Amino acid sequence: MSLTSKTIQELHSLYRSKKTSVQDVVEASLKRIEETNYHLNSFSHICRESALAEAKKLDAAGMPENASMMWGIPVGVKDNMCIKGLPATCGSKILKNYISPYDGAMGVCLKKAGSVVMGSCHMDEFAMGSSCENNAFVKVKNPYDLERVPGGSSGGSAAAVASSQVIVSLGSDTGGSIRQPASFCGVVGLKPTYGLVSRFGLVAFASSLDQIGPFARCVEDAAFLLQSIAGHDKKDSTSYDYTPPDYSKDLKNDIKGIKIGLPKEYFTDGIPADILTCIDKAKKVFCDLGAELVEISLPHTQYAIATYYILATAEASANLARFDGVRYGYRNKEAATLKELYIRSRSEGFGPEVKRRIITGTFVLSSGYYDAYYLKGQKVRTLVKQDFDQAFRKADVILTPTSPCTAFQFGEKIDDPISMYLSDIFTVSVNLAGLPGISLPCGTDDKKLPVGLQLIGPSLGEARLLNAAYQFEKVCPPLGIELKV
Amino acid sequence: MNTDFEPVIGLEVHVQLNTKTKIFCGCSTKFGLLPNTSICPVCLGYPGVLPVMNEEVVRSAVKVCLMMDFMINTYSRMDRKNYFYPDLPKGYQISQFDNPIGVKGKLSIDTDEGKKEIGITRIHIEEDAGKLIHGDGVSYVDFNRTGVPLLEIVSEPDIRSSKEAYLYLKKLKQILEYTKISDCNMEEGSLRCDANVSIRPKGQAQFGTKTEIKNLNSFKFVQKALDYEIERQMNVLKEGGTISQETRLFDSGTGKTKTMRSKEEAHDYHYFPEPDLLPIMVSEGMIKEATFSLPEKPDDKCARFEKQYGLPAYDASVLTADPSTADYYEECAKFCSNYKMISNWMMGEWLRELNERSVSAVDSPVLAKDLAGLLNMIENGKISGKIAKEIFPEMVKTGKTAEQIVQEKGLTVISDTGAIETMIKEVLGKNEKSVQDYKNGKKGVLGFLIGQVMKASKGKADPKKVNELMEKILS
Ligand SMILES: [Zn+2]
Repeated sequence: MSLTSKTIQELHSLYRSKKTSVQDVVEASLKRIEETNYHLNSFSHICRESALAEAKKLDAAGMPENASMMWGIPVGVKDNMCIKGLPATCGSKILKNYISPYDGAMGVCLKKAGSVVMGSCHMDEFAMGSSCENNAFVKVKNPYDLERVPGGSSGGSAAAVASSQVIVSLGSDTGGSIRQPASFCGVVGLKPTYGLVSRFGLVAFASSLDQIGPFARCVEDAAFLLQSIAGHDKKDSTSYDYTPPDYSKDLKNDIKGIKIGLPKEYFTDGIPADILTCIDKAKKVFCDLGAELVEISLPHTQYAIATYYILATAEASANLARFDGVRYGYRNKEAATLKELYIRSRSEGFGPEVKRRIITGTFVLSSGYYDAYYLKGQKVRTLVKQDFDQAFRKADVILTPTSPCTAFQFGEKIDDPISMYLSDIFTVSVNLAGLPGISLPCGTDDKKLPVGLQLIGPSLGEARLLNAAYQFEKVCPPLGIELKV
Repeated sequence: MNTDFEPVIGLEVHVQLNTKTKIFCGCSTKFGLLPNTSICPVCLGYPGVLPVMNEEVVRSAVKVCLMMDFMINTYSRMDRKNYFYPDLPKGYQISQFDNPIGVKGKLSIDTDEGKKEIGITRIHIEEDAGKLIHGDGVSYVDFNRTGVPLLEIVSEPDIRSSKEAYLYLKKLKQILEYTKISDCNMEEGSLRCDANVSIRPKGQAQFGTKTEIKNLNSFKFVQKALDYEIERQMNVLKEGGTISQETRLFDSGTGKTKTMRSKEEAHDYHYFPEPDLLPIMVSEGMIKEATFSLPEKPDDKCARFEKQYGLPAYDASVLTADPSTADYYEECAKFCSNYKMISNWMMGEWLRELNERSVSAVDSPVLAKDLAGLLNMIENGKISGKIAKEIFPEMVKTGKTAEQIVQEKGLTVISDTGAIETMIKEVLGKNEKSVQDYKNGKKGVLGFLIGQVMKASKGKADPKKVNELMEKILS
């Protein structure tokens, strides 16, 4: 087994016993990335030199006695994360060649832990999309089927982990952008509670929904990566003043008596039978683990998608206003007037989906329409939150499919934005409510594609969520499918 | 049409706060730095950055609220005001829309008809934009000012003349200066004003259509612009026209206002709550703390000066016009008990020196203690008032005390009887005719003879003593 297929725990032991150097692992990771990226397009930028330099530095200094589990671990980051000296293009022409002049919180955390950033991973432009097809440069491919999408928007980060280019990676999740690609690529993806991980340095899509989280091939690795980025950051006013628990400590606890809620609104006719079969098996696994299944209701589920697309696009329309060609990024050079500079730079710099959302967001905030859309959206958001509050009185964890579909073929949905939006149906409510959600592989569909299981926890309930996921993972049989790279 | 018209005016004032750092980042707010030297990724709106509220800004806003009797919203919120302009790096300004930090404030102005209360609709917190610099076919942006904290103070349409507008602004500036939260310097742009004005027939309750005037860089310009605009609107109506709602720009060169944009071109700012910041909670503790640190209000101080120092109302109002002048006065009064004399001197010699140097009381070249020292020497008869007026500019120039200057120049009053008698005898010897006239009953020459003695003493002889001895010798 290659070094990059190992778990964090395994690498940690190898480092501790000095059987492997960070340089070995980083070189293995670089090799794997460079061999496979041509097929996958998961990486938009590979930091060969800085990663090797960092590895040498770590080896020279030696592993500290109290080293973080993330010490010496190669990590991929989504292309919307600002790490000093690294490009952050957000999959957009408007930020092509843009290099961040500062370190975001995730950069600071990874450096502090001694992790090695291997490069940035491709994504849907400005995190808008569910397939990575909205990328201005390439098509990221699903490592299990190169004809299919990896999911999105953090598709590159998911594919990189699934294909063992890196050990773990970071993605961002606004409406499902970590969990859905995790499900499509057969890996673990966690969206933390809103406010648990600092957003400082994450290029904003929808500020009140965005959250950074880990991709990993096992739950424990996800816990380790989460540990290194979670906690209060005074540079993000919306981050919780909260000291996170040790996420890996209680993973092995049994989950006897845990109540698993099944929202009746989620289990409707819309889910394909093969996906449902996987979910039913997962339910049974939990029962065998001693969990109790309870039916719950999330009555406002049907409004979640509309609410999400109103609020997220409204915030995005303002967040993306800064890309105006004045200070950085793409600028049309022929523009003769200021207005022309704005119009042409933005028209040429942004892709169609981003424009669609900016226009939608601008519309819902227009005077005269604000109350009917944005304000109403905020009210429904409160109702969605209350639904979950009610549900968590009956259940400890909520179980749903991650996505109503598995990885689809390129072009299958790109011309039908509504059907693309609907594929977020099981994930967006979690963002609206600010809750943690994790997706983990629970089998394959009829096409031998990974199916994802979503577990949702109450606010700041990551430890419990990871515990349940870990217990499930331990007894769930492997996917039994092969990578195409 | 012969109806009498009445103007209705409301003012929007932007005040730059004098916090050390900007509202959402750690950059300095210092004025006059080289362009783009006080900037960082946060105030430049780089991708991924987030604002963090400078608590000092909220504290300053609370203080101003308390000084002008605002109702403080214990829960207020920042909003995004969206528009594109090169001096606005994020493409939106973080401001407050429907939940400002304070509402329903007021202040009173002294009009010719007596005190008048002007209502203040709201006060809110926002960030300043950068500055465009235009040159040879290219425009540059200086982002040093971007993110400097501002308070916007919006008055009710309670103002009825350009004079009242001027008085309102003066009063507002005075209160802000007292609160010490702003430099209130119009040249440096730390105080800026827009005016809304309409006219209506006297007695009509309904407002006319208003225009907004921008680019008013001094109180004088505000008055001028309003005078022009009121007259313009009146002429339009008299000629049977209608006023169109629009934004007009004041040209200080011509003294005229001209259309900048019509109502149809007005922006839709797409306001919505700023998701990157938590709501502003003003706790009771914060209000208490602010109340505790609040200065005496200018009107209260003025009244106290009248009472405590027995000053005429006019003196009290001049001396309390700005807090540093008032402080200077009170410092003097600690050392010299002739309060009226201090007032006379400060409003005369002292203020003249300050104006000549265009400095404020804090930068007075003569310390309050030293001015008091000078005045005490007059009080104690050590020098005459005339000599004191010669000494004062010397104090300004050299920074020396009156005592030092008097000593160095030997300017102490001669009150030694023998010395004065000698001088008198000398003068009388030279003016025998006058002495004769005096003895013949022409008492008027006495003044002339005393004057001669004073001249001979170079002004140093104690005039009271000269008078006394002269009469004695001549009788
Ligand atoms: Zn700054």
